[in-house]
Amino acid sequence: MAEFEVTPVDGVAVEINGVEVIAHKGELLIDAAERTGTFIPRFCYHERMKPVGMCRMCLVEVDTGRGPALQPSCMIECTPGMKADTESEVTKKAQDGILEFLLANHPLDCPVCDKGGECPLQDQTMAYGPGESRFVEEKRHKEKPIPISDLVLLDRERCILCDRCTRFAKDVAGDPLIHFIHRGNNTEVNTFPDEPFASYFSGNTVQICPVGALTASTYRFKARPWDLETTESTCQTCSVGCRISIDSSRDQVQRFAGVDIDPVNWGWLCDKGRFSSQVVTSDARLSEPLVRDGSGLVAAKWSDALGRFASALDSASSAQSIGVIGGSRLTNEDAYAWSKLFKGVLATDNVDAQLGDGLPAHVVLGLPSATIDEVCAPGGTVLLLGPDVKEELPVLFLRLRHAVVEDRVTIVEVSPRSSGITSLAAASVHPRPGETADVVAALVGSSVIDREIAGVSAEELEQARTALSASTGPITVVLGRASLAESASITVAAASAILNARPDTTFLSALRRSNVRGALDMGLAPGLLPGRVTLEDGAEWYAEVWPAMPSATGLDTEGILRAAADGRIDVLVLLGADPLSDFPDADLAERGLTGARTVLAVDTALNSSSRRADVVLAAAGFAEKTGTTTNIEGRVSTLSHRVTPPGTSRADWMLAAEVSSRLGTDLGFENFGDVLAEISAVAPAYLALDQAIAEGSPDGILLPLDVVVIIDEEDDDIVIVDETVTVSEDGAEVDVTADVVSEESDGDDVEGLIEIISDDSDVAGSLPPFVQFTPIAAIVPPPVDSYGFRLVASRKLYDQGTLVQSAPSLAPLAPGSTVSLNPWEFDRLGVASGGRAIVRTAKASVNVTVQSDPGVPRGVAAMIVNQADGRVSDLVSADELVAEVRIETAP
Amino acid sequence: MITDAPRIITSRFDNADSFTLAGFEATGGYQALRKALSMGPEAVAGEVKTATLLGRGGAGFPAGVKWGLAPENVWPRYLVVNGDESEPGTYKDRLLMERDPHQLIEGVLLACYAIGCGQAFLYVRGEMPLAQERIAAALNDAYAAGYVGKNILGSDFSVDVVLSWGAGAYIVGEETALIESLEGNRGMPRLKPPFFPAAKGLYMQPTIVNNVETLSNLPWIVTNGGEAFAALGAETSRGTRMFAVSGHVKNPGVFEVEYGVTTFRDLIYAPQYAGGILGDRALKAYIPGGASAPWFFEEHLDLPLEKVTVDRAGSMLGSGAVVVMDETTDAVKACLRIVRFFARESCGKCTPCREGTTWLENILQRIHDGYGRPSDLDLLLDVSDNISPGIAWPPKQTTICPLGPSAVSPIASALQRFRPEFEARITQAEEARHSIPVTITKASSHG
Repeated sequence: MAEFEVTPVDGVAVEINGVEVIAHKGELLIDAAERTGTFIPRFCYHERMKPVGMCRMCLVEVDTGRGPALQPSCMIECTPGMKADTESEVTKKAQDGILEFLLANHPLDCPVCDKGGECPLQDQTMAYGPGESRFVEEKRHKEKPIPISDLVLLDRERCILCDRCTRFAKDVAGDPLIHFIHRGNNTEVNTFPDEPFASYFSGNTVQICPVGALTASTYRFKARPWDLETTESTCQTCSVGCRISIDSSRDQVQRFAGVDIDPVNWGWLCDKGRFSSQVVTSDARLSEPLVRDGSGLVAAKWSDALGRFASALDSASSAQSIGVIGGSRLTNEDAYAWSKLFKGVLATDNVDAQLGDGLPAHVVLGLPSATIDEVCAPGGTVLLLGPDVKEELPVLFLRLRHAVVEDRVTIVEVSPRSSGITSLAAASVHPRPGETADVVAALVGSSVIDREIAGVSAEELEQARTALSASTGPITVVLGRASLAESASITVAAASAILNARPDTTFLSALRRSNVRGALDMGLAPGLLPGRVTLEDGAEWYAEVWPAMPSATGLDTEGILRAAADGRIDVLVLLGADPLSDFPDADLAERGLTGARTVLAVDTALNSSSRRADVVLAAAGFAEKTGTTTNIEGRVSTLSHRVTPPGTSRADWMLAAEVSSRLGTDLGFENFGDVLAEISAVAPAYLALDQAIAEGSPDGILLPLDVVVIIDEEDDDIVIVDETVTVSEDGAEVDVTADVVSEESDGDDVEGLIEIISDDSDVAGSLPPFVQFTPIAAIVPPPVDSYGFRLVASRKLYDQGTLVQSAPSLAPLAPGSTVSLNPWEFDRLGVASGGRAIVRTAKASVNVTVQSDPGVPRGVAAMIVNQADGRVSDLVSADELVAEVRIETAP
Repeated sequence: MITDAPRIITSRFDNADSFTLAGFEATGGYQALRKALSMGPEAVAGEVKTATLLGRGGAGFPAGVKWGLAPENVWPRYLVVNGDESEPGTYKDRLLMERDPHQLIEGVLLACYAIGCGQAFLYVRGEMPLAQERIAAALNDAYAAGYVGKNILGSDFSVDVVLSWGAGAYIVGEETALIESLEGNRGMPRLKPPFFPAAKGLYMQPTIVNNVETLSNLPWIVTNGGEAFAALGAETSRGTRMFAVSGHVKNPGVFEVEYGVTTFRDLIYAPQYAGGILGDRALKAYIPGGASAPWFFEEHLDLPLEKVTVDRAGSMLGSGAVVVMDETTDAVKACLRIVRFFARESCGKCTPCREGTTWLENILQRIHDGYGRPSDLDLLLDVSDNISPGIAWPPKQTTICPLGPSAVSPIASALQRFRPEFEARITQAEEARHSIPVTITKASSHG
């Protein structure tokens, strides 16, 4: 038996090949067998999808008391006394027969097939199949391959019709765009006429295809499996933190694939994440630092670039005249190094990893948190108060979809327009932009709603309120920014109202950018220090480790840009940020960038903002450096170094250390381990992280850990102890943890408990507390302008961002700029679907294509952020709570 | 033995207006429904159980027992009427729907009443336009007359009947595939277990699937009592049953005969039935119960048309289709035609049937066309064995549903009986090839 066997408690005793094993109640025979060390071959069965028993490869002889009979082991649950024989003559004959049937029409073009070498059909034929085929007829012929989407190609000759891709599309992704057509021997998988398999999740079908029938356009003929070197890492395309494998050959990243971990992605990836493998090898990557001379940005020596970078910072008139924007691209270690440099050396607190498109850091870090598993727990109730998760956090969408479809989870959606999850929600209300908080306050209230609020009828509101209040336990909230044309304060007010009415509510913040959570955790936000503590609370704690400290809370991105526009910023540092494209108010971003005396950038590729910089440091990117990352849940997982960074580009933490040393301060980092060790030693929420990583957790590590902190005031040493370990203090063996553990077990299940033990009660309180959420009062929305429209600016998965545009396969998928209106508005405005319209605010106007969309409420104009032609950010003003627009027909 | 048993379900077939409501009412129509409403559901179910009415679709499962399989107190439950009669040579349900649609509707109502279901789905084969037209018209008339719908005949019994037309797939005659089709999906069978319709059927609710002929018997049973029905027939096979005789006979047609006592010889040779073999030639073989049944021969002629007897003799009465082949029949070609039917009707869901039946067709085509190899007969049997392990009767299967084994059983029985004929074809082919100085490169793929 395999060593990983876990013996279930309320198990069912079954006999597999004469050996008694204990199966879980309701466990499928194929799973029980595999778990206990007997692999049963299979093609159609996939552990994350419902079994269908179609390929018949897993037939084994099963005896449930009525004599042995061939049964598909993927379809039968273990019952007491069941006897299975996976190696009997009858079983072997059946397996031989099935494989011969499967190969009868299979082209056997393995030498030119991408799957060859990692192909279940190939492998299982070698292990279980007959040596030779008796099939002498001509095989089926089909055109090969045909594109079924922009990213996926289908070779129907190789297909063994296992229903995995079609089941995935229908049952997992909810995009039933591929299907069986024809029948019998002519059955094939195909799309519907003129409807491509345009799913955000199409790449998963390539990964789960047990033959080479589905191939990705990005990987065809690129490499052979036996040449690939593979490392596990964590996807950095959005902040869900899907576990992936990086395959490279000849020091070039070839592809990403999903790795199945229970708490996050279950093996799935979105296409943006999967095909962002092309970004690593993009031609746009910076391979050397750039400095500005008379003719523009030119390549420079590292010593020159770093020198100019440092001297610009050194010559800033004051700490307050330095502003730092960005950081979500970074690893936690990079973020910590920059944080230490800017806050702990240069003493500026004008640092913000978010670009005015997220939520205030104290909200993200301070709200009681829920994990993805907690949000998706069977039978639960979820309030979606944020972006379209399908567009921004696609794999979270898959988890939520599964929760609704399979696990009886109730979703109540409050969003300014319908989203990818609306059809799954028990109730979905679309308040007028700017008035979301009023609706949320009513929905979490206990009184019957009998009036219209924010344009939503009493009936709809009451339906949503009933769905929420039907929840017996605490609800969870997915909280984020549904529209960038609406101030973040409205979302904060809504969260305040929820906590006020239901204090046991927990939140999952729907931030979007890769490691934005890690950057906030590392203190890249005004008023914060690394480890989820505030500047105020943590200043004393950090005083021992950091040479300097900001004197007061600084500015966020909006504040930095305003200060820069007013000429109060001498040095603006862009840590992988592109405010010109990403800040919701493009005009303010432009003025800020122009107003800053010097602009310094650190990035993997140039973007429209860093093209304006005076110095650009070339940074190593994803798959090119070791590190850790923190996802929306606060789960830390590892990032792996798989390939060499282009040219002389290097990891950000090295750049921070270099700059710091030029400023006369040694950050104390000589390798990645030094940074991680310092984080693990000082950042309160990250204490003992390096130990946990060393122990290895494939699922990632939810912080804070259960640890005991001992402060020895004699030499100011912090000793961190795993709670199950006995430690030695001043030579003597003392079991300091016993008391803590027993105390803990008396109370409720406390996760992430940190106990501080010290002989001196004064010191005991010195570990700073974690950030707390500060509720805010309700916000009075502006009066409704009945001639105007309220603007909703939301994202699509594919946009003009650097990542998408650096991946040739993804770049063309950005849909372009449109304004979506409820078709009821068309006559009033004199516009038509497909026609052009001018969307106008006081400060700007854009000319875009009109789209009819019944999912957009009347009185709302919905636009997509960061698309080609007609930028929404030209219309939005950071001064306003919500953007009002007028719409006119274009001349 | 030829008996003078009453015609139970074809009694109105000779009436010109048999399919109209007026014609039906004039001949005792909907009286059974009135009687049933006064009896109560348990009594109706009891009569059917007493009658030991075997399902007439193919498997021959007792209808009364089937009704009892639905788990108690799980609602809603559905009745699905299988009118997707597609087995080659079978055309009894079509006549029942065309000539006496009200009798079927009354049977549906009686079954719903006994089972306690408020909605029935009547699935009619796509290629039966007249049956569809008459069923639809009859149902409209029945609704208008208050026999179907809310508060039937003033009682608190309400039933809605939903009509559904097939789209031309034999496999939808299989009950779980029919359910898939009703749900709007491709007609592909579900795996049993776990999807036994009685427990998890249409929309995952308990579902009773009954054949058209089975239900058409109910009005007579309720009117005359289960005992009167059970008094007819023999052994397990009670009442009367319709048999469709085709092939090399003088008088092909559908005949309602007393079940269990009438013999194959009676059915094929009696002047009031099929009337003997065309040109009075000798019998070579006959299919006793639809294309999927193993063949019977001369020595089986005196077997009664009785389910258990025929099962024990190694075949089945199945759908009640008797296809007669005289001495001039080419056994290889007959096998090819049968296998080709199943290969083309295979739904493609599971591997052995999808790939295996076509492969069998290819091999038989090759033998038929004169390109057979000596090893082909063993190959034919081994491929068959990989679809239906052991090629036993009743068949085992590596497939999801019985369609795959259905292709195997008849050719296995034919090959066993007529192996020399197959071998001769192969030998002739070999000799012909050696005598002709031409290189033949490729067998034609279809004949």
